Amino acid sequence: MDKFAIVMEDVVKNFEDVTAVNHVSLHVASGELFGLLGPNGAGKTTTVNMLCGLLKPTSGSVFVGGYDVQKENVKVKELIGVCPQETATYPYLTGIENIELFGNLYTLDRKTLSARRDMLLEKMGLAQDAKRKVEKYSGGMKRRLSIILALIHNPQIIFLDEPTIGMDPQSRRAVWDFMQELKREGKTIFLTTHYMEEAEILCDRVGIIDYGKLIAVDAPKKLISKYGVANLEEVFIKLTGRKIREEV
Amino acid sequence: MKFQRVKALTSKEIKKTIREPAVLFMIFLFPIVFVLAFGMSFGGLGGSTQPVYALGVVNMDQQNTANYTLHFIDALSATKILSVQIYVDNQTAQDDLSQGKVQAVMLIPDGFSQSLVSYNAVPDDPSQWVNVTVSLYLDKGSIVATQAIPPIIQQVLDTFTNQDRQTVLTPVSLQIASYVETKQTSAFEFMAPGMFTFASIFLIMMVAQSFTQDRENGMMKRIRTTPTTPTEFMTSQIISYMLIALIQAVLVFAAIHLIGFKPNVDFSAYALAFVFVLIFSLSNVGFGLITATVAKTSNAATGLSFLFVLPQLFLGTFVGASLSSAAQTASKFVPSYYVTDALTSLFLRGAHVTSQTVLFDFATVTASCILILAAGIILYAKYYRI
Ligand SMILES: Nc1ncnc2c1ncn2[C@@H]1O[C@H](COP(=O)(O)OP(=O)(O)O)[C@@H](O)[C@H]1O
Ligand SMILES: [Mg+2]
Repeated sequence: MDKFAIVMEDVVKNFEDVTAVNHVSLHVASGELFGLLGPNGAGKTTTVNMLCGLLKPTSGSVFVGGYDVQKENVKVKELIGVCPQETATYPYLTGIENIELFGNLYTLDRKTLSARRDMLLEKMGLAQDAKRKVEKYSGGMKRRLSIILALIHNPQIIFLDEPTIGMDPQSRRAVWDFMQELKREGKTIFLTTHYMEEAEILCDRVGIIDYGKLIAVDAPKKLISKYGVANLEEVFIKLTGRKIREEV
Repeated sequence: MKFQRVKALTSKEIKKTIREPAVLFMIFLFPIVFVLAFGMSFGGLGGSTQPVYALGVVNMDQQNTANYTLHFIDALSATKILSVQIYVDNQTAQDDLSQGKVQAVMLIPDGFSQSLVSYNAVPDDPSQWVNVTVSLYLDKGSIVATQAIPPIIQQVLDTFTNQDRQTVLTPVSLQIASYVETKQTSAFEFMAPGMFTFASIFLIMMVAQSFTQDRENGMMKRIRTTPTTPTEFMTSQIISYMLIALIQAVLVFAAIHLIGFKPNVDFSAYALAFVFVLIFSLSNVGFGLITATVAKTSNAATGLSFLFVLPQLFLGTFVGASLSSAAQTASKFVPSYYVTDALTSLFLRGAHVTSQTVLFDFATVTASCILILAAGIILYAKYYRI
């Protein structure tokens, strides 16, 4: 694998009336747990969507796993696992059926699929409810299932778009633990969040994005000491003059 | 293309159909309930204003004394209700009848003229008459024709034998003796072939909803982050809805069988009927995709799908049993018409699976459905990525 799992070179994404991502350049090393931090509407989801090939950048280029995302779409798709911001799962299928469907989409063999399925259900605390239909799940349960769907094929590069939003503290902890475990296995994780403590606890490095611009990239500790403040929350205030979560 | 993916996606689509009560109702229960209710309550026939029936005439009369045969044919044409078509041999006429090209075939027997001559010579002495029988074969599938044609012919015949008002008591020796297909087709039987098509048409709505819903809840995008190709995805959709159409056809068939529709045809006719329904389902996926392209939300898709559902329903199934001539012309432009026409030929007219009409319908249905499917896929792919 390439030294860099993710490379963005001067990427711009314009929608009709807004510039969602504004000249962003970024390198994420293989095996790194990177957090993209920013308020709602900052451009996090747009960034993730360009990285996993769902959106075409207006200009600039994007590489994942050494492949040009636009030109070698299929190669990239086999490498990555994506947990989208909206909890996309099939409500009329059970937890297990959702998982097996995605396992089959990644053409896992039966044995691998059932082993991964059971392990992930256990890790995400969904084993008890695996046979229930997803429409009966709580919001937090759907999120945990959504994470399982992204990880079923044991991907090398993982995109998690606000994975812990609306989760109870206990589930959030379980997800954090699991992310650290994945990092120990050498996986690259690209996480977006607007939870400061999540970024601070988990990430090797964070990028702070505001109005589509990447305004700071470094290890949380370095950012905190660089701006002489107590935490990432205060780094954001220092940089922008606003609180990150005022609109939530 | 990976079979594993197609299979997984197909099974997902089928599960959705079976598990969502609204979908289950719309696809399976509604058509069956409709068929049963319709079949049980439909009594008489909706006689529309004086249509023209095509009558095939085979003239076997050798001695054309006094031109009686010609007069008879002219008199039939003069009724304006019948359009007479002359055949040189009975076989061709029968073939056309079984394919619905004519609604009835009349056989003028040898000795027809002679019989009338003998009658006119001694109108008062039946023992001197030469008795002959005019045979009439009727299209079982055309209920209006079976009821309207025989009296018209009888009336015309009467004018030849009862010219003299004074001799009303004279028995008529000429009679329509041979109704080969005299079994009266019930209004329900007449409509049964259209019911197969009827059920399937609602798949348009299901397909449109399926695509718009998956777009709304982000599943389309999520699938696109996996290595699943658009071809695999579309194949799974097509297979799913073909399967659903097949199940529908079986259920509808069971329902109409229950009501008493038991066409006396061999297995090949049934097999071909199901093939027709399967191919027809392609057009429903196509129209569903077109609807899903235009509709922004799944709610809008439900309403918009009727733009395609209704014309097919009224022009191509039993719902429009008696159409105006304008509607009859319009019906030539909906695929469902050809499916219903073929099934009518197969089940009611006893047409062979390789007969010209059935083959023509088959070619038309196949070509138009593939075109509609292609149009749907191209249009959808243009505005949304699959
Ligand atoms: N499909 C779209 N069309 C138009 N504008 C969009 C679209 N997607 C996102 N945006 C806009 O781009 C900006 C960034 O959105 P997003 O990437 O979703 O932010 P975040 O994920 O950080 O909350 C917002 O102003 C949003 O309204
Ligand atoms: Mg977002």
